Amino acid sequence: MTTLAEEVLAGSRLALARLLTLIENEDPQGEAALDRLFPHSGRAHWIGVTGSPGAGKSSLVNRLAQAFRRPADGSPPRTVAIVAVDPSSPFTGGALLGDRVRMRDLSGDPGVFIRSMASRGALGGLARTTPAVVQALDSAGFDIILIETVGAGQSEVEIARLAHTVLVVEAPGMGDDIQAIKAGILEIADILVLNKADLPGAENALRTLRAMLELGRPPHEETAESLPVVWRPPLVPTIATQNEGIAELLGHIQAHAAYLRQSGGWQVRDRSRLQTQLEELLQTALLKRWRSSLPEGQYQQILTDLQARRISPYQALHSLLGEPPLPQSIQRGSTALFNA
Amino acid sequence: MTERKIRVLITKPGLDGHDRGAKVVARALRDAGMEVIYTGLRQTPEMIAEAALQEDVDAVGLSILSGAHMALVPRVLELLRANGQGHVHVFVGGIIPESDIPALLAMGVRAVYGPGTSTQKVVEDLRAAILQENHA
Repeated sequence: MTTLAEEVLAGSRLALARLLTLIENEDPQGEAALDRLFPHSGRAHWIGVTGSPGAGKSSLVNRLAQAFRRPADGSPPRTVAIVAVDPSSPFTGGALLGDRVRMRDLSGDPGVFIRSMASRGALGGLARTTPAVVQALDSAGFDIILIETVGAGQSEVEIARLAHTVLVVEAPGMGDDIQAIKAGILEIADILVLNKADLPGAENALRTLRAMLELGRPPHEETAESLPVVWRPPLVPTIATQNEGIAELLGHIQAHAAYLRQSGGWQVRDRSRLQTQLEELLQTALLKRWRSSLPEGQYQQILTDLQARRISPYQALHSLLGEPPLPQSIQRGSTALFNA
Repeated sequence: MTERKIRVLITKPGLDGHDRGAKVVARALRDAGMEVIYTGLRQTPEMIAEAALQEDVDAVGLSILSGAHMALVPRVLELLRANGQGHVHVFVGGIIPESDIPALLAMGVRAVYGPGTSTQKVVEDLRAAILQENHA
């Protein structure tokens, strides 16, 4: 009997879809299949697409996928998987995943696989299992994986740790120059896209974004020694609905991939992504193990004390961890020192 | 934490351009805690089957107001079966003449909902059917 992993490697789309569900549900069968598949991963180009809600991320992903399928320069078509993440309701846990609406041009193409994911409570613009889902698609042999995040605000920057290349998509009229120099989402851009470049205000937005890019971005950790050449994020105006600027954008994406490969940044990102993934798994597992080791009712008791304001959040933490409370004298001593 | 979410594809096959009903149902299923994949208008049976496969859904809801249900629904069912997804719970909503309902049910549709059906009923039916399947 063939295993799920073998069916995926043999190209079964049904098996792949089943596997992604098992991974999303954190089912042990999904984990086992990923163990088998992992050696086959590490070949695809992971491209993140993030930006504000309504900036046109899905339309852009649609066009990019088409461009990868039918390269204008006559190079062979690349296979494309798309992971589109939308938010889950924090109240009901339900989700309405609507990214496929903008991707109808891609249907009927066996070289494209689209999967919608709900964020299932995770912050940061992705679901907790998105890295594993992308890994599975990578193992299944797709050349390009486009990862569309939840419509992001200012700090949904998880994608920067996941993707090789991050596109930050803006649209005219979404913020002033103070927004543009805040730390966060713009800083993670390898390529900055101004979509809807035919709307009023596009010139202003382009000028602001260009000025921001010229200020330079702070050096990333990876740029320390590993990258001899510096990548300057280009600013690309597009009109996704009219397919304008897409060929140019594709050129920049390919240039970024070439840059990463030549500079060693590809391996740096790969290694740090795997480290992040391990640390996140560890965190989840340790928390789960620790919670199950707590004596019955203790957590509830301490929580009740906290909620009744009998103890502070820090006191609650220390008693949960079985640590002695901080001696009061330290506080007084330091004050005394300060006064002296 | 292993959590099994119900995933539903809500889609509009055929050429009529009215998706209010589909959106109301999609919203109700979302509010019931399900993950709803919405495809938008004018989907061919091939597009629907492809989306159902890639998304590995438990159920497919077809909203049809055009009168073409006797042509579209059998094709969707056939393609789902051909893809190995015969287990998927297919339900139909919209303007369906009473006299066509037995034929639709006979070909494998699990439920047909006409105008005025409460969304609560759709939610309950779906939950019951998928729960039953998981225990089968």
